[in-house]
Amino acid sequence: MTPAPASPAALLDARGVAKRFGAVVALRDASLLVAPGQIVALMGANGAGKSTFVKILTGVLRPDAGHVRIRGQDSTVASPAGARRSGLVPVYQEPSLIPDLSVADNLRLGDTPVDRFRHWVAELGLPDLRQDAMIRALPLASLRILDLARALAVEPDVLLLDEMTAALPTDLVDRVLATVRAQADAGRSVIYISHRFTEIAAICDRATVLRDGLTVGDVAIEPGIEEAIVEMMLGSATTAVATTRAVRPGFTGRPRLSVRGLATGTRLTNVSLDLRQGEVLGVVALEGQGQDELFEVLAGNRRATAGTVEVDGRPVTFAHPADAISAGLTLVPGDRAHALLMQRSVRENIALPLVSRLATWGVIPARDENRRVSAAIERLQIDTRAQGEVRRLSGGNQQKVTIARWIAKGVQTLLLFDPTRGIDIRTKRQIYALVRDLADQGAAVLFYTSELAEVRLACDRAIVIFNGRVVDVIDAAEADEQRLMRAAYGLTEKTGVPA
Amino acid sequence: MMRLLQLNAWTAGLAALLVLLLLATKLIQPDFGGSGLDSLARSALPFALATVGMAVVVIAGGIDLSVAAMMAVASVTAAVLMDGASDGQAVFAVIAVLLVGLAMGTLNGALIVVTRVPDIVVTLAMLFVWQGVALLILNAPGGGAAPWLRALAVGGVTIPGLPPALTDWLPRGVVFLAVVVALVWLPVRRSKLGLMLYAIGSDPQAAFRSGVPVGLVRVAAYALCGLFAALGGLTVTMATGIGEPIPGPYLLASVAAVVLGGVVLGGGRGTILGPILAVFILRIVRLDLTLLSVDPNVAAIVEGLIMVAVVMFGAVLATRGRKA
Repeated sequence: MTPAPASPAALLDARGVAKRFGAVVALRDASLLVAPGQIVALMGANGAGKSTFVKILTGVLRPDAGHVRIRGQDSTVASPAGARRSGLVPVYQEPSLIPDLSVADNLRLGDTPVDRFRHWVAELGLPDLRQDAMIRALPLASLRILDLARALAVEPDVLLLDEMTAALPTDLVDRVLATVRAQADAGRSVIYISHRFTEIAAICDRATVLRDGLTVGDVAIEPGIEEAIVEMMLGSATTAVATTRAVRPGFTGRPRLSVRGLATGTRLTNVSLDLRQGEVLGVVALEGQGQDELFEVLAGNRRATAGTVEVDGRPVTFAHPADAISAGLTLVPGDRAHALLMQRSVRENIALPLVSRLATWGVIPARDENRRVSAAIERLQIDTRAQGEVRRLSGGNQQKVTIARWIAKGVQTLLLFDPTRGIDIRTKRQIYALVRDLADQGAAVLFYTSELAEVRLACDRAIVIFNGRVVDVIDAAEADEQRLMRAAYGLTEKTGVPA
Repeated sequence: MMRLLQLNAWTAGLAALLVLLLLATKLIQPDFGGSGLDSLARSALPFALATVGMAVVVIAGGIDLSVAAMMAVASVTAAVLMDGASDGQAVFAVIAVLLVGLAMGTLNGALIVVTRVPDIVVTLAMLFVWQGVALLILNAPGGGAAPWLRALAVGGVTIPGLPPALTDWLPRGVVFLAVVVALVWLPVRRSKLGLMLYAIGSDPQAAFRSGVPVGLVRVAAYALCGLFAALGGLTVTMATGIGEPIPGPYLLASVAAVVLGGVVLGGGRGTILGPILAVFILRIVRLDLTLLSVDPNVAAIVEGLIMVAVVMFGAVLATRGRKA
């Protein structure tokens, strides 16, 4: 690890930035220095505070402490318009063009110089773009290019690119990287946020690493540095694995769920997996690598554009979530608000999926319902003092309810999407135990987690998805965070920093 | 040209429907002519202005339930100020009424932006407030209106030097509407404010990131709605000669016309012309049903069904268009 010298003439200088949301501390002490002509990668694992930091840099949020200076001028600004005036222009992860306006109108809206915009659009590989095209009619990849061209046309001092290349095909990625590098060579600065080490190695000069809201490192990019960066992102967490589950012998027999070459949208390109009865299969991926789409397809919320899904050896296609449910696949979504009727009681929420099964001629047999619901509540140790409305429960207890309802129903295949996000450690343990019990009773569980340590605690095996493809399959015994992190950043493929 | 037609297909369809309905009216009632058009225009005028105000707010992604109540405030303010006033004083009265409208709308918008209470709740509350204000100003229909003002919207158009027969079929109400909308809306639409109104309705997040002052533009949308409501209230007083403190049936009618006129309730899409055409269509349908001596209760059912049918038809066309 080579500490890069902090340039005295830093173009952008953010120091001691802190931000808390209620009791949650998102940033404790984040700093970032960008010298003229430098491309600095801003890196951090999920939950490190990266997105909060970006929002503060670009004026969407105000920091509780610390300052952001551009060319020595205080630019702790109140709005994106203010950040732009001070010379920092961001290209956000999500397109920020107005869908119901034409390209030309969008340019007018942001006072973008049209000639320079045209120049950049052509330069970036979209020469025949119509100015009167409606934004909503354009593909996502084109929108990303337009966003970038719009930012370049303003000729910013500091360009901030947040996951710029995530939705782009390879030829456009190359153009974007070349253009960004040329910007830096012309003396401008770039803050580059990406999960892809190849891109960072190709164009960045330095990397600033965030962990738990702190800037923990600032290193020059050189061959072999990715190991050091991965270590910085993980910190001491590597050794803190509390209890490793006893890994069970390999599973045999016909898979409950078999997926081959699944693709949809721009993000999910080619995922195959086998999930057997009694198995908990972890899914590990950085944000936006296609895991959302994978779960949506398996839950029947979205159609696949390619690939096959087999349940117990029979090929299936789901047109509707009800199809997936009747094939025995049930989703516990990441956002609890999507799964629960917040205003209704715990009892009703648990009973809801039962209705279709218990109701005979529309009458719900109350005794059967009560028995199953009570069993589920007891099993999960849900705090029933707050039985009234689900929204009054803590997040952990709400999550337990979302799982409990499927236990009461008798689940075959459970799709858990990051079930322990934002939940205290005790409830997490209960959920791991619950998932284990379910599997031991013959359920098959697909378990996406944004916390790498959970793979060893809850899973038998894990697949790692990077850029829409499965890049690694790891047994839980070998799934230490180092290996998972490397795989999640695509480093198991030959994509590291060339030596 | 084809592209322009495609973009405005909905408006063009409404215009065609309007012409068909006018022809149908002529068939039902062969002596339907200048005076018929005049009374149609006069009755449609307050509806049309309420609808334009509503359309602006809906395009910007909001809704204003207080539009009819603001019209009542404007109507009584105009009638009280003009009661016994000279022609010259009446000019100031008109200006005052328009300022009152702007102020009411600005207050609506500011409350929504500052308190962050949903627009539908704020404007529902303000509906009651403005109703009360209107009754405080004038607790029963009364007051007066300047004759020159009344003449602006009543009767046919006459141009000195041209034979009256050539122009007097065109109702002054329609000309008044066209002039008012052109004077207020066209400059807005062509300015950056117009783009911003569509932008915050289409995607407030993206608009914010594009540097649009979302809160201010939202206030501007409600202010414009207040201004059009004031104009609408003014036309109520112009048509009847007195102020009317009880709000007319303009609120739901304006929402209906906005939807029928092709403005998406979620915001961001639609024109002002479409809803205006829709107002006239709904008025003519009502007129035709009356001429056919259909039971008024049945007529209301028919109007509702027509709306559902037209909007569904439009949705089907839009889905087809997307697939093609």
